[in-house]
Amino acid sequence: MTTTNGAPRHAGASTATLPPTLAGTGGPGHAPADPTSSNPLHRLTPEEIERIGDAFQAIHDEVRADLGERDVTYIRNLITFQRRLAVVSRAMLTASRYPPAWLAGTLGLSVAKVLENMELGHNILHGQWDWMNDPKIHSSTWDWDNVSTAAGWKHSHNVVHHTYTNILGKDKDVGYEVMRVSARQKWYPWFLAQPGLNLFLMAFFEWGVALHDFDYEGIRRGDPEARSAARRELKALGRKAGKQMLKDYVLYPALSGRHWRKTLAANVIANVARNAWANAIIFCGHFPDQSYVFTEAEVAGETRGAWYVRQMLASVNIEGGDAFHLMSGNLSFQIEHHLFPDMPSNRLKEIAPRVKAVCEEYGLPYNSGPFLQQWLMVQRSILRYAFPGGDERPKAEPYVAPPVPEAVVPTVEGVDGPVVAFP
Amino acid sequence: MEPLIEQGAQPQLPAVGRRLMAVAKSFTTPHLPDDYLALLDPRWSLEEAVATVERRIVEAEGVVTLVLRPSFPWPGHEAGQYVRVGAEIKGIRHWRAFTVTSDPGHPEGLVSITVQRVDGGLMSGHLTDDAACGVGARVWLGQVEGEFTMPPGPVGTPLLLISAGCGVTPIWAMVRELERRGALHDVVHLHSARDPSRFVFGRPLRELAGRTPGYALHEHHSGADGRLHRQDLDRLVPDWRDRQAFLSGPGEMLDDFERHWTEHGDPALLHLERFRPSIGLGGGIGEGGTVTFGVSRVSAEAEPGVSILVAGERAGAALPSGCRMGICHSCIGRLKQGQVQDLRTGLVHGEPGQPVRTCVNGPCGDIEIEL
Repeated sequence: MTTTNGAPRHAGASTATLPPTLAGTGGPGHAPADPTSSNPLHRLTPEEIERIGDAFQAIHDEVRADLGERDVTYIRNLITFQRRLAVVSRAMLTASRYPPAWLAGTLGLSVAKVLENMELGHNILHGQWDWMNDPKIHSSTWDWDNVSTAAGWKHSHNVVHHTYTNILGKDKDVGYEVMRVSARQKWYPWFLAQPGLNLFLMAFFEWGVALHDFDYEGIRRGDPEARSAARRELKALGRKAGKQMLKDYVLYPALSGRHWRKTLAANVIANVARNAWANAIIFCGHFPDQSYVFTEAEVAGETRGAWYVRQMLASVNIEGGDAFHLMSGNLSFQIEHHLFPDMPSNRLKEIAPRVKAVCEEYGLPYNSGPFLQQWLMVQRSILRYAFPGGDERPKAEPYVAPPVPEAVVPTVEGVDGPVVAFP
Repeated sequence: MEPLIEQGAQPQLPAVGRRLMAVAKSFTTPHLPDDYLALLDPRWSLEEAVATVERRIVEAEGVVTLVLRPSFPWPGHEAGQYVRVGAEIKGIRHWRAFTVTSDPGHPEGLVSITVQRVDGGLMSGHLTDDAACGVGARVWLGQVEGEFTMPPGPVGTPLLLISAGCGVTPIWAMVRELERRGALHDVVHLHSARDPSRFVFGRPLRELAGRTPGYALHEHHSGADGRLHRQDLDRLVPDWRDRQAFLSGPGEMLDDFERHWTEHGDPALLHLERFRPSIGLGGGIGEGGTVTFGVSRVSAEAEPGVSILVAGERAGAALPSGCRMGICHSCIGRLKQGQVQDLRTGLVHGEPGQPVRTCVNGPCGDIEIEL
């Protein structure tokens, strides 16, 4: 009855641990400090790296101990809101022959799907809410409105991507094995197709995610275990995708009777919009210019502190307002999420200033930028690195907190001179 | 695959309802119709049995009976069985097992549990607190479980019932059952309480003893006379060897009497109900050792008899937990190295990669677990 399918039990938590192949035994953790190195990780001394690790661990433990009713209220309210929005949008789409109903329904359903995948699905499947002990909001029971199966995604994302983040040859999410997004990736002729593939992935991202968990290397080698696992996963994917498509492309359109085509179009648009949005947010998390990639040699014998530093250097935040953060599943706090994959998403914004403070103290960059700039950067890289060569893009400077503007204290004229207006 | 988290029992649904739900599920997939029904009223859950507190009865100082109205037809229980009850405390769901103290087959389908407040007890404190769990509060119900029950049909042999403290709950259910069956012919009940006022269900049992010649009640007051001991048995119930015996109370008392029956009586006649939470808090079976929690990065020293779960919690690790009695598998962690010992049976087991229940297993020397 326990995990036999390779899915991690505490998906989120297990990503915070060091993989056995990388876990150091208290050694130096990486090559000795080199002040001229372009990668800030290599400029730090082992002692500094350990102190950074301790600082981050302290933030994690403090938040973990503080989790309680406030967080529970947040996630429950959000789930309720998302479901109401989905129900109302679906209801509106039964009247899809009226253009305003169609428009509102399509928009509502797209937003509901984005929320379901980003702030709910991604984060719950990470195990961020497992501490509540609520079987309805738990990484082992949750499934998301997406063609990929929860179990498959939990493995490829929580285990592979979050442990080996941006290590070339280890992290399948670096270009999803089909794209070259960094100058340090070796060029192969098939990368010439990536601008087209990129457009395809935008529209059908959920399928890309579903298919990239397969162990193609093992299948090619003819490894019987890999092949039988692939058959099993393919079957599960077929079941899940079948149900999803039946719902979106047959049952709900059928509820609109003669006008089923309009509802079908609305559902297709909602799925594609969700795919394009998820694709944009996720590509902006690790592929913009500021992000560092690593080779296996660079991270050999990595310690806990070095793991934290790598997570930070490999991730890039997106700047925006609260609604933007919510719609991005708080993956706009990619750095914080990668440091603490099991931390409930509503806490990431709160700890961001403390993470920045650590960056400032140790002269590390805090990679971030506005959405459009980041997204265009990613598109540029995809176009440029489709061709051989290319230089590494310039990286961000060490983080320096913006100067705090001096507070102006309003005063009024008193008998003995000016007095504070609002004491 | 069974989910790795403790859930309430699934209410039985008539065939038509089941078919209807299957159709509805095609529309709600990957979620359940339930998830949308819950938007209207959480008590309409078809996935987990929910109950509402209907009435609260204070039985004695710190002892409260909660009368519950399940949101589904109660599947029935036998006198002496228990049910796991879940409640949310500060947003986190906790589970404990409680004896069902109501009679089977209540006409309105109500059930009750009787809870004694334990000092520092999270769940008992919550359930006995009127402000936290008053009338109208919602709890979850698990499966009805337990082997500590009367054999069905007429009871041929004379009976001996021994209870101590809040261990009286299943014995109380049994006495009521016997009364209903008209089988209170030759029943001796020994109950140990600190003083007369702390005898849970004392008044109705004393009244019953007053009007029923076949039911003899001996009260023992440990506050004045010390613990009820096996040596007292020959004096109080000289023919104890010939009786079917049902014992319910704290672990040490049961261990004491169990040895007595093994050495001087017929163990086949002895039935025990061991009350939690006694597993894993120290003492009893177990060797102890150091537990390293790989994911939490916590290392904990477990004394003999202390479970992996309790050791980890004492060292400040936030670990998954559920029933704390080895039932629900919520607390499972993968053993990376070392061996563990089942604190209930003493069985030493475990090999790398094996999932172990941290609530009922203690370390056997130094171990590492992936939690």
